[in-house]
Amino acid sequence: MSGKLRHSFDFLIEMMIHYGLALREHQSLIQKQEEIQIEMNVAAKVQATLLKTRKPDFKELDIGFVTEPAKQMSGDYIYFLNDNSYEAGVAVADVIGKGIPAALCMSMIKFGMDGLQNENTSPRNVLDIVNRIVEKSVDDSMFISMFYGKYDARDSSFSYATAGHEPALLYKAATGEFTELHAKGLLLGVHPNVVYEEKSVILEEGDFIAMMTDGVTEVRTDTGFIDDQVIKMILAEVKDESAQKIADTVYQRLAYLQNFHLRDDFTIVIFKKENDKV
Amino acid sequence: MNLQVDLVEENSVQRFKIVGEIDAFTAPKLKECLASVENVGNMQAELDLSEVGYMDSTGLGVFVGFYKAVKANGGHVKIVGVNNRLKRLFVITGLAEVMDIVMEESRDEDATV
Repeated sequence: MSGKLRHSFDFLIEMMIHYGLALREHQSLIQKQEEIQIEMNVAAKVQATLLKTRKPDFKELDIGFVTEPAKQMSGDYIYFLNDNSYEAGVAVADVIGKGIPAALCMSMIKFGMDGLQNENTSPRNVLDIVNRIVEKSVDDSMFISMFYGKYDARDSSFSYATAGHEPALLYKAATGEFTELHAKGLLLGVHPNVVYEEKSVILEEGDFIAMMTDGVTEVRTDTGFIDDQVIKMILAEVKDESAQKIADTVYQRLAYLQNFHLRDDFTIVIFKKENDKV
Repeated sequence: MNLQVDLVEENSVQRFKIVGEIDAFTAPKLKECLASVENVGNMQAELDLSEVGYMDSTGLGVFVGFYKAVKANGGHVKIVGVNNRLKRLFVITGLAEVMDIVMEESRDEDATV
Protein backbone atom coordinates (compact mmCIF):
# COMPACT_ATOMS: atom_id res chain seq x y z
CA MET A 1 0.00 0.00 0.00
CA SER A 2 1.43 3.38 -0.93
CA GLY A 3 2.22 5.89 1.84
CA LYS A 4 -0.50 8.32 0.78
CA LEU A 5 -3.16 5.64 0.72
CA ARG A 6 -2.14 4.37 4.14
CA HIS A 7 -2.31 7.95 5.44
CA SER A 8 -5.86 8.29 4.10
CA PHE A 9 -6.94 5.04 5.74
CA ASP A 10 -5.33 6.08 9.04
CA PHE A 11 -7.19 9.36 8.85
CA LEU A 12 -10.46 7.59 8.07
CA ILE A 13 -10.03 5.18 10.96
CA GLU A 14 -9.29 8.07 13.34
CA MET A 15 -12.43 9.91 12.16
CA MET A 16 -14.55 6.80 12.65
CA ILE A 17 -13.20 6.27 16.14
CA HIS A 18 -14.02 9.87 17.05
CA TYR A 19 -17.48 9.51 15.58
CA GLY A 20 -18.03 6.27 17.51
CA LEU A 21 -17.04 7.95 20.79
CA ALA A 22 -19.27 10.95 20.12
CA LEU A 23 -22.20 8.71 19.31
CA ARG A 24 -21.69 6.72 22.50
CA GLU A 25 -21.57 9.91 24.55
CA HIS A 26 -24.72 11.17 22.85
CA GLN A 27 -26.60 7.99 23.65
CA SER A 28 -25.42 8.12 27.25
CA LEU A 29 -26.64 11.74 27.58
CA ILE A 30 -30.04 10.86 26.16
CA GLN A 31 -30.37 8.07 28.68
CA LYS A 32 -29.38 10.38 31.54
CA GLN A 33 -31.96 12.90 30.38
CA GLU A 34 -34.68 10.26 30.41
CA GLU A 35 -33.68 9.20 33.92
CA ILE A 36 -33.86 12.79 35.13
CA GLN A 37 -37.28 13.23 33.55
CA ILE A 38 -38.55 10.13 35.34
CA GLU A 39 -37.24 11.49 38.65
CA MET A 40 -38.91 14.85 37.97
CA ASN A 41 -42.21 13.11 37.31
CA VAL A 42 -41.92 11.28 40.61
CA ALA A 43 -40.96 14.47 42.45
CA ALA A 44 -43.93 16.31 40.96
CA LYS A 45 -46.25 13.52 42.10
CA VAL A 46 -44.71 13.56 45.58
CA GLN A 47 -45.15 17.31 45.75
CA ALA A 48 -48.80 17.04 44.74
CA THR A 49 -49.42 14.40 47.40
CA LEU A 50 -47.53 16.07 50.24
CA LEU A 51 -49.03 19.47 49.60
CA LYS A 52 -52.64 18.39 49.18
CA THR A 53 -55.00 20.85 50.74
CA ARG A 54 -58.74 21.01 51.04
CA LYS A 55 -60.85 24.08 50.47
CA PRO A 56 -62.99 24.86 53.55
CA ASP A 57 -66.71 24.59 53.04
CA PHE A 58 -68.41 27.64 54.56
CA LYS A 59 -71.88 28.51 53.49
CA GLU A 60 -71.37 32.24 53.37
CA LEU A 61 -67.82 32.24 52.05
CA ASP A 62 -67.27 31.39 48.41
CA ILE A 63 -63.69 30.31 47.77
CA GLY A 64 -62.10 29.93 44.37
CA PHE A 65 -58.51 29.51 43.26
CA VAL A 66 -56.18 28.84 40.35
CA THR A 67 -52.59 27.77 40.66
CA GLU A 68 -50.56 27.01 37.55
CA PRO A 69 -46.85 26.22 37.59
CA ALA A 70 -44.62 27.75 34.93
CA LYS A 71 -42.65 24.51 34.76
CA GLN A 72 -43.26 21.04 36.06
CA MET A 73 -42.79 21.87 39.71
CA SER A 74 -44.40 24.87 41.30
CA GLY A 75 -42.73 27.36 43.60
CA ASP A 76 -46.15 28.72 44.58
CA TYR A 77 -48.15 27.17 47.36
CA ILE A 78 -51.69 27.44 48.70
CA TYR A 79 -52.68 25.89 51.99
CA PHE A 80 -56.07 26.08 53.67
CA LEU A 81 -56.47 25.87 57.43
CA ASN A 82 -59.88 25.04 58.78
CA ASP A 83 -59.98 23.65 62.31
CA ASN A 84 -63.45 24.63 63.37
CA SER A 85 -66.76 25.65 61.92
CA TYR A 86 -66.27 29.40 62.07
CA GLU A 87 -62.70 30.11 60.91
CA ALA A 88 -61.23 29.60 57.45
CA GLY A 89 -57.58 30.46 56.93
CA VAL A 90 -55.46 30.45 53.81
CA ALA A 91 -51.72 30.77 53.28
CA VAL A 92 -50.49 31.87 49.85
CA ALA A 93 -46.74 31.54 49.47
CA ASP A 94 -44.10 31.98 46.82
CA VAL A 95 -40.71 30.35 47.17
CA ILE A 96 -37.82 32.31 45.72
CA GLY A 97 -35.86 29.49 44.19
CA LYS A 98 -37.34 26.66 42.16
CA GLY A 99 -37.57 22.97 41.56
CA ILE A 100 -37.15 20.16 44.02
CA PRO A 101 -35.52 22.13 46.88
CA ALA A 102 -38.40 24.62 46.78
CA ALA A 103 -40.95 21.83 46.97
CA LEU A 104 -39.20 20.20 49.91
CA CYS A 105 -39.12 23.56 51.67
CA MET A 106 -42.87 23.91 51.17
CA SER A 107 -43.49 20.51 52.66
CA MET A 108 -41.58 21.51 55.76
CA ILE A 109 -43.71 24.61 56.14
CA LYS A 110 -46.90 22.67 55.61
CA PHE A 111 -46.04 20.25 58.38
CA GLY A 112 -45.11 23.16 60.60
CA MET A 113 -48.48 24.76 59.97
CA ASP A 114 -50.30 21.48 60.50
CA GLY A 115 -48.76 21.41 63.96
CA LEU A 116 -50.43 24.74 64.71
CA GLN A 117 -53.92 23.36 64.84
CA ASN A 118 -55.70 24.10 68.09
CA GLU A 119 -53.14 26.74 68.96
CA ASN A 120 -53.29 30.41 68.35
CA THR A 121 -53.71 30.70 64.62
CA SER A 122 -53.82 34.45 64.36
CA PRO A 123 -52.04 35.61 61.17
CA ARG A 124 -49.16 37.29 62.99
CA ASN A 125 -48.54 34.21 65.08
CA VAL A 126 -48.66 31.83 62.12
CA LEU A 127 -46.09 33.88 60.21
CA ASP A 128 -43.87 34.20 63.27
CA ILE A 129 -43.72 30.45 63.71
CA VAL A 130 -43.28 29.69 60.02
CA ASN A 131 -40.52 32.29 59.82
CA ARG A 132 -38.61 30.53 62.58
CA ILE A 133 -38.94 27.17 60.83
CA VAL A 134 -37.67 28.60 57.54
CA GLU A 135 -34.83 30.57 59.11
CA LYS A 136 -33.51 27.60 61.08
CA SER A 137 -33.85 24.79 58.66
CA VAL A 138 -33.82 26.07 55.16
CA ASP A 139 -30.89 26.57 52.84
CA ASP A 140 -29.42 30.06 53.23
CA SER A 141 -30.28 31.00 49.66
CA MET A 142 -33.96 30.13 49.87
CA PHE A 143 -36.53 32.71 50.85
CA ILE A 144 -40.25 32.68 50.91
CA SER A 145 -42.92 35.35 50.74
CA MET A 146 -46.25 34.51 52.34
CA PHE A 147 -49.64 36.13 52.81
CA TYR A 148 -51.81 34.62 55.52
CA GLY A 149 -55.45 35.54 55.94
CA LYS A 150 -58.17 34.24 58.21
CA TYR A 151 -61.89 34.73 57.82
CA ASP A 152 -64.04 34.59 60.95
CA ALA A 153 -67.69 33.84 60.23
CA ARG A 154 -68.80 35.05 63.66
CA ASP A 155 -68.21 38.71 62.76
CA SER A 156 -67.39 38.49 59.03
CA SER A 157 -63.91 39.81 59.71
CA PHE A 158 -60.87 38.97 57.62
CA SER A 159 -57.61 39.38 59.50
CA TYR A 160 -54.30 39.16 57.68
CA ALA A 161 -50.54 39.52 57.89
CA THR A 162 -47.86 39.33 55.23
CA ALA A 163 -44.23 38.30 55.03
CA GLY A 164 -42.86 40.28 52.10
CA HIS A 165 -45.69 39.14 49.85
CA GLU A 166 -47.67 40.94 47.13
CA PRO A 167 -50.47 42.90 48.80
CA ALA A 168 -53.93 41.38 48.41
CA LEU A 169 -56.77 43.35 46.80
CA LEU A 170 -60.02 44.04 48.63
CA TYR A 171 -63.10 44.83 46.57
CA LYS A 172 -65.97 46.58 48.34
CA ALA A 173 -69.32 46.10 46.61
CA ALA A 174 -70.82 49.17 48.30
CA THR A 175 -68.33 51.57 46.72
CA GLY A 176 -67.12 49.51 43.76
CA GLU A 177 -63.56 50.31 44.80
CA PHE A 178 -60.37 48.35 45.28
CA THR A 179 -57.98 48.74 48.20
CA GLU A 180 -54.55 47.17 48.53
CA LEU A 181 -54.18 45.27 51.80
CA HIS A 182 -50.73 46.16 53.06
CA ALA A 183 -49.06 45.14 56.30
CA LYS A 184 -45.47 45.30 57.45
CA GLY A 185 -43.53 42.08 57.51
CA LEU A 186 -40.18 40.80 56.28
CA LEU A 187 -39.70 37.89 53.87
CA LEU A 188 -39.53 34.55 55.67
CA GLY A 189 -36.09 33.17 56.40
CA VAL A 190 -34.08 36.38 56.59
CA HIS A 191 -34.12 37.11 60.33
CA PRO A 192 -35.20 34.77 63.13
CA ASN A 193 -37.10 37.40 65.13
CA VAL A 194 -39.59 39.35 63.10
CA VAL A 195 -42.73 41.09 64.28
CA TYR A 196 -45.51 40.78 61.74
CA GLU A 197 -48.13 43.52 61.60
CA GLU A 198 -51.69 42.19 61.66
CA LYS A 199 -54.68 44.06 60.27
CA SER A 200 -58.33 43.33 59.79
CA VAL A 201 -61.23 44.29 57.50
CA ILE A 202 -64.93 43.47 57.58
CA LEU A 203 -66.44 41.70 54.60
CA GLU A 204 -69.94 42.62 53.49
CA GLU A 205 -72.14 40.89 50.96
CA GLY A 206 -70.60 40.95 47.50
CA ASP A 207 -67.14 41.94 48.80
CA PHE A 208 -64.18 39.81 47.87
CA ILE A 209 -60.48 39.52 48.54
CA ALA A 210 -58.00 38.53 45.82
CA MET A 211 -54.73 37.05 47.06
CA MET A 212 -52.03 36.56 44.43
CA THR A 213 -48.41 35.79 43.84
CA ASP A 214 -46.17 37.91 41.66
CA GLY A 215 -46.76 35.52 38.76
CA VAL A 216 -50.04 37.43 38.45
CA THR A 217 -48.97 40.99 39.14
CA GLU A 218 -45.67 40.87 37.25
CA VAL A 219 -47.04 39.62 33.94
CA ARG A 220 -44.95 40.85 31.05
CA THR A 221 -46.25 41.26 27.54
CA ASP A 222 -44.52 42.41 24.34
CA THR A 223 -45.06 45.99 25.42
CA GLY A 224 -43.75 45.64 28.97
CA PHE A 225 -45.20 44.94 32.40
CA ILE A 226 -48.96 45.07 32.78
CA ASP A 227 -50.39 48.02 34.64
CA ASP A 228 -51.95 47.12 38.00
CA GLN A 229 -55.14 48.65 36.63
CA VAL A 230 -55.40 45.69 34.26
CA ILE A 231 -55.98 43.22 37.08
CA LYS A 232 -58.49 45.53 38.78
CA MET A 233 -60.35 45.96 35.49
CA ILE A 234 -60.63 42.22 34.96
CA LEU A 235 -61.80 41.72 38.55
CA ALA A 236 -64.36 44.53 38.24
CA GLU A 237 -65.75 42.94 35.10
CA VAL A 238 -66.55 39.65 36.83
CA LYS A 239 -67.26 40.96 40.32
CA ASP A 240 -70.73 39.44 40.45
CA GLU A 241 -69.62 35.96 39.43
CA SER A 242 -68.65 33.10 41.71
CA ALA A 243 -65.21 33.11 43.35
CA GLN A 244 -64.03 30.30 41.10
CA LYS A 245 -65.24 32.07 37.96
CA ILE A 246 -63.40 35.22 39.05
CA ALA A 247 -60.16 33.28 39.61
CA ASP A 248 -60.53 31.40 36.30
CA THR A 249 -61.20 34.59 34.35
CA VAL A 250 -58.16 36.39 35.71
CA TYR A 251 -56.03 33.39 34.80
CA GLN A 252 -57.46 33.04 31.29
CA ARG A 253 -57.05 36.72 30.47
CA LEU A 254 -53.51 37.07 31.85
CA ALA A 255 -52.32 33.77 30.40
CA TYR A 256 -53.67 34.93 27.04
CA LEU A 257 -51.63 38.13 27.29
CA GLN A 258 -48.53 36.00 27.67
CA ASN A 259 -49.57 33.67 24.85
CA PHE A 260 -50.13 30.99 27.48
CA HIS A 261 -46.40 30.87 28.13
CA LEU A 262 -46.02 31.56 31.85
CA ARG A 263 -42.74 33.04 33.02
CA ASP A 264 -43.54 32.49 36.65
CA ASP A 265 -45.92 30.30 38.67
CA PHE A 266 -49.39 31.84 38.68
CA THR A 267 -51.54 31.72 41.80
CA ILE A 268 -54.73 33.54 42.72
CA VAL A 269 -57.17 32.83 45.58
CA ILE A 270 -60.53 34.56 45.94
CA PHE A 271 -62.50 34.76 49.21
CA LYS A 272 -65.95 36.16 48.45
CA LYS A 273 -68.68 36.97 50.97
CA GLU A 274 -72.03 35.90 49.72
CA ASN A 275 -75.44 36.43 51.16
CA ASP A 276 -76.36 33.74 53.68
CA LYS A 277 -77.68 30.81 51.73
CA VAL A 278 -80.55 28.85 53.17
CA MET B 1 -31.04 38.03 29.13
CA ASN B 2 -27.55 39.39 29.45
CA LEU B 3 -25.79 40.34 32.59
CA GLN B 4 -22.49 42.00 33.31
CA VAL B 5 -20.96 42.56 36.71
CA ASP B 6 -17.95 44.82 37.25
CA LEU B 7 -16.17 45.15 40.55
CA VAL B 8 -14.16 48.19 41.52
CA GLU B 9 -12.57 48.70 44.89
CA GLU B 10 -12.65 52.33 45.96
CA ASN B 11 -11.68 53.61 49.43
CA SER B 12 -12.05 50.06 50.76
CA VAL B 13 -15.65 49.90 49.51
CA GLN B 14 -16.35 47.08 47.08
CA ARG B 15 -18.46 48.67 44.36
CA PHE B 16 -20.33 46.32 42.07
CA LYS B 17 -21.75 47.77 38.89
CA ILE B 18 -24.46 45.51 37.56
CA VAL B 19 -25.69 45.92 34.01
CA GLY B 20 -28.48 44.03 32.30
CA GLU B 21 -31.31 41.80 33.47
CA ILE B 22 -31.39 39.68 36.60
CA ASP B 23 -33.62 36.66 36.25
CA ALA B 24 -33.49 32.91 36.76
CA PHE B 25 -30.93 32.56 33.94
CA THR B 26 -28.52 35.31 34.91
CA ALA B 27 -28.89 35.13 38.70
CA PRO B 28 -26.34 32.29 39.13
CA LYS B 29 -23.68 34.43 37.45
CA LEU B 30 -24.47 37.35 39.76
CA LYS B 31 -24.39 35.05 42.77
CA GLU B 32 -20.96 33.77 41.76
CA CYS B 33 -19.55 37.29 41.37
CA LEU B 34 -20.88 38.38 44.75
CA ALA B 35 -19.67 35.18 46.41
CA SER B 36 -16.10 36.14 45.60
CA VAL B 37 -16.13 38.79 48.36
CA GLU B 38 -18.77 37.36 50.70
CA ASN B 39 -16.41 35.94 53.27
CA VAL B 40 -14.24 39.00 53.73
CA GLY B 41 -14.68 40.31 57.26
CA ASN B 42 -16.24 43.75 57.91
CA MET B 43 -16.76 44.36 54.24
CA GLN B 44 -18.45 47.48 52.88
CA ALA B 45 -20.28 46.58 49.69
CA GLU B 46 -22.17 48.81 47.33
CA LEU B 47 -24.33 47.44 44.53
CA ASP B 48 -25.20 49.83 41.72
CA LEU B 49 -28.44 48.83 40.01
CA SER B 50 -28.97 51.96 37.92
CA GLU B 51 -28.44 49.98 34.73
CA VAL B 52 -30.47 46.96 35.70
CA GLY B 53 -33.40 46.86 33.29
CA TYR B 54 -35.29 44.06 34.96
CA MET B 55 -35.10 42.06 38.14
CA ASP B 56 -37.41 39.36 39.41
CA SER B 57 -37.57 37.49 42.67
CA THR B 58 -34.58 35.26 41.83
CA GLY B 59 -32.44 38.41 41.80
CA LEU B 60 -33.90 39.37 45.15
CA GLY B 61 -32.90 35.97 46.50
CA VAL B 62 -29.30 36.54 45.42
CA PHE B 63 -29.18 39.94 47.15
CA VAL B 64 -30.73 38.62 50.34
CA GLY B 65 -28.26 35.73 50.43
CA PHE B 66 -25.38 38.15 49.89
CA TYR B 67 -26.71 40.47 52.60
CA LYS B 68 -26.98 37.63 55.12
CA ALA B 69 -23.42 36.45 54.44
CA VAL B 70 -21.91 39.94 54.59
CA LYS B 71 -23.82 40.80 57.75
CA ALA B 72 -22.68 37.57 59.39
CA ASN B 73 -19.10 38.68 58.75
CA GLY B 74 -19.68 42.10 60.29
CA GLY B 75 -20.02 43.98 57.01
CA HIS B 76 -22.59 46.27 55.39
CA VAL B 77 -24.50 46.27 52.13
CA LYS B 78 -25.83 49.32 50.34
CA ILE B 79 -27.88 49.18 47.15
CA VAL B 80 -27.95 52.29 44.96
CA GLY B 81 -29.51 53.41 41.69
CA VAL B 82 -32.83 51.78 42.41
CA ASN B 83 -35.76 52.78 40.15
CA ASN B 84 -39.42 52.93 41.20
CA ARG B 85 -40.25 49.38 40.23
CA LEU B 86 -37.26 47.92 42.08
CA LYS B 87 -37.94 50.17 45.05
CA ARG B 88 -41.46 48.76 45.29
CA LEU B 89 -40.02 45.24 45.31
CA PHE B 90 -37.63 46.08 48.14
CA VAL B 91 -40.37 47.82 50.14
CA ILE B 92 -43.00 45.09 49.77
CA THR B 93 -40.55 42.37 50.80
CA GLY B 94 -39.58 44.40 53.86
CA LEU B 95 -35.95 44.42 52.70
CA ALA B 96 -35.91 48.21 52.51
CA GLU B 97 -36.03 48.19 56.30
CA VAL B 98 -33.03 45.92 56.76
CA MET B 99 -30.83 46.99 53.86
CA ASP B 100 -29.68 50.44 52.80
CA ILE B 101 -31.59 51.21 49.62
CA VAL B 102 -30.91 54.44 47.73
CA MET B 103 -33.03 55.47 44.79
CA GLU B 104 -31.44 56.74 41.62
CA GLU B 105 -30.88 60.48 41.27
CA SER B 106 -31.81 60.88 44.88
CA ARG B 107 -30.42 63.79 46.78
CA ASP B 108 -30.98 62.07 50.12
CA GLU B 109 -28.00 60.20 51.46
CA ASP B 110 -30.04 57.35 52.78
CA ALA B 111 -33.49 57.13 51.26
CA THR B 112 -34.48 54.21 53.45
CA VAL B 113 -38.13 53.77 54.31
